[in-house]
Amino acid sequence: MAKKIEQFNILITGTGGQGLITLLQVISQAALSEGYDVKTSELHGLAQRGGSVQVHIRFGKKVFSPLISPGKTDLILGLEMQEVLKDSYFAGSKTNFLINKNIIPIPFEKKIAEDEIVKSIKKISKNVLLVPAADICKKELGTDVVSGIYLVSFASFKNLIPLKPESILRVIKKIIPEKYLELNLKTFKIAES
Amino acid sequence: MEDILVNQISKKIILLGNEAVVRGALEEGVQFVSTYPGTPASEIGNTFFKIYKKAGVQFEFSVNEKVALEAGMGASFSGLKTLIAMKSFGLNVCLDALLPFAYTGSKRATVLLVADDPSCHSSAQSEENSRAIAFLSHLPFLEPADPQECKDFTKLAFKISEKFKIPVVVRTTTRVSHQRAPVKTEKIKKSKIKGKFVKNSKKFITLPPRVLEMKTELLDKIKKIGNFSEKSKINFSSGKTSQKQNLGIIASGVSYLYVMEALNELNLNLPVLKLGFFYPLPEKKIENFIKKLKKVLIVEELEPFLEKEIERLAKKTNCDLKVFGKDLLSQVGELKPEIVTLVLAKIFNKKYKIPAKNLNIKIPKRFPQLCPGCPYRLVFNAIKKTVNPKEVIFGGDIGCYMLAGFPPYFIQDYLSCMGSSIGIAHGIKKSTPQKLITLIGDSTFFHAGIPALINTVFNKSNPLIIIMNNQTTAMTGHQPYPGEEVKIENIVRACGVNNLKVIDPVKQKEFTKAIKEFLNKKTASVIIARRPCIWLKK
Repeated sequence: MAKKIEQFNILITGTGGQGLITLLQVISQAALSEGYDVKTSELHGLAQRGGSVQVHIRFGKKVFSPLISPGKTDLILGLEMQEVLKDSYFAGSKTNFLINKNIIPIPFEKKIAEDEIVKSIKKISKNVLLVPAADICKKELGTDVVSGIYLVSFASFKNLIPLKPESILRVIKKIIPEKYLELNLKTFKIAES
Repeated sequence: MEDILVNQISKKIILLGNEAVVRGALEEGVQFVSTYPGTPASEIGNTFFKIYKKAGVQFEFSVNEKVALEAGMGASFSGLKTLIAMKSFGLNVCLDALLPFAYTGSKRATVLLVADDPSCHSSAQSEENSRAIAFLSHLPFLEPADPQECKDFTKLAFKISEKFKIPVVVRTTTRVSHQRAPVKTEKIKKSKIKGKFVKNSKKFITLPPRVLEMKTELLDKIKKIGNFSEKSKINFSSGKTSQKQNLGIIASGVSYLYVMEALNELNLNLPVLKLGFFYPLPEKKIENFIKKLKKVLIVEELEPFLEKEIERLAKKTNCDLKVFGKDLLSQVGELKPEIVTLVLAKIFNKKYKIPAKNLNIKIPKRFPQLCPGCPYRLVFNAIKKTVNPKEVIFGGDIGCYMLAGFPPYFIQDYLSCMGSSIGIAHGIKKSTPQKLITLIGDSTFFHAGIPALINTVFNKSNPLIIIMNNQTTAMTGHQPYPGEEVKIENIVRACGVNNLKVIDPVKQKEFTKAIKEFLNKKTASVIIARRPCIWLKK
């Protein structure tokens, strides 16, 4: 078995309705199943009606704070590009960014150009991976609602999250309601290829 | 979610802080649960709503927190193990019933869960620190830091309540209620005792002169619970405590986790006292901890209640002790690990920098939005079409329709607490002839709007009140609402309102016509805007 890591911090950022809490549950339960201590933080309520959402997941030998400190994030998983930029102060020079190539316009505001966002993030860390998860999911599955599951699965296959893809898959099977399970299992498979 | 009823012992499952409270109550054999939804406490009610039948527990979403507490008092007086849950502001609503409940005490174990929201992530009206109520009510307050403690402290609260016949408060904050972590399960107990009210006027009636005896008895109980607190393992110290130390730390709730994180980050080993009891404090334990120190740092969120208590104790045991707290940590907003780390780094002259937020591109704020297809949009549009917003005052209340104050609507001129829109509307209409339209949700109307409506009729003013009847408690997660059993129009009519219309806001012409007509009435008017929330199952 691979050596246990001391501490791993994941920040997921996006907007209300993108299913961030499901992703948080998938990762945290997978981490527990691999014998790690886990703590997470999330927010509920009106703030989530399409507003900015940010969830914190920390696992390792022993975790105290449920919140990650700015600069200390190992992986920022972004479901929306502007939100990634907004939360990028959580990153340091070694942080990996895995970003959905997706911009959801902010009502009544001018859209910021993709390359401008990437350029700005790269000033913090060079490790920026832009994946057209929304487009892939739409094309292959007819919906981008599973973009998050795609990214989490992708991250586990590419070793961006130090958890086994089997652990992620096991939790998906356990927590996704039956009605949507097939769609999510297909998403997991596509992320492997 | 299914996990919450698992009856395997010593299984580690990941629970949300709120779910851990539910699990703790189930492991103690809770029999009656009442609540009113409010973030960050809502998942306690939501979880019970899903499992109560299977778990064999009586559960209700009460009309408001005061009624929830009173229902819980009745259950406790009748011998049932009881849990009542609410957010911070709910505690204010039920305060009138809570103080006498401290005097009568509980018959059977009764626990009150209160969730504060430092930084007001989901709280409109104030940044409340409910710990102040401990001093006012003389009720024991426990403060868990993580989900495991949420479960353990809930169980301990049931035990203290059973032993001392007093309701016990478990006080959480957003970062505790909405924190997930592994929790070790124990056996779920099922209480077989059936409820029976045994008359005892000495216990259940608070009237003078007996009421003053009851106060004496309450203070006596708190003294005994103080001794219990001294011995309790939920107040514990760690770190280097043997030799004479320069600086020690005292912390409670989630702040403790930030302290431990900061010590790790800075590679420091300091004596730390973690307080699980906020009230009554283990004073001797604290005195023992501080007497060896030159300085002590109190890490607590919001107002410096612990700090003041510790300053008082230091005067007795260590009058040279320098107490740091709110001179270094803000009273406003929640603490964060980096804030505590920075303070400790400064004290110890260590390097630590919080990365700057400023990027070269400015990202505009993403305001929450009404859901696509939300019927409230129709109401807002009808109002904006009908009146000149500069000439009309707009009242707001607590619910999704608070978004009326945001772009593109901007129709909200005042906002306070649950149900207040009507009461304030009446006061404004008594003071000025300006026209006024106030919005109130259906759940909020049932919660605290009805007495204000009666007052408007009784004391004669003429606001236009629009009751947003989306047929659910939408903002907190679509909990059921009393309108399922009680018709709003019947209540409005019974309150003496003659200008009443029930309109589906899809019928914009009819809606705008009613607004125009009712704004010119000499007595109070009500429009019930009836259209279900888009998330309700049809």
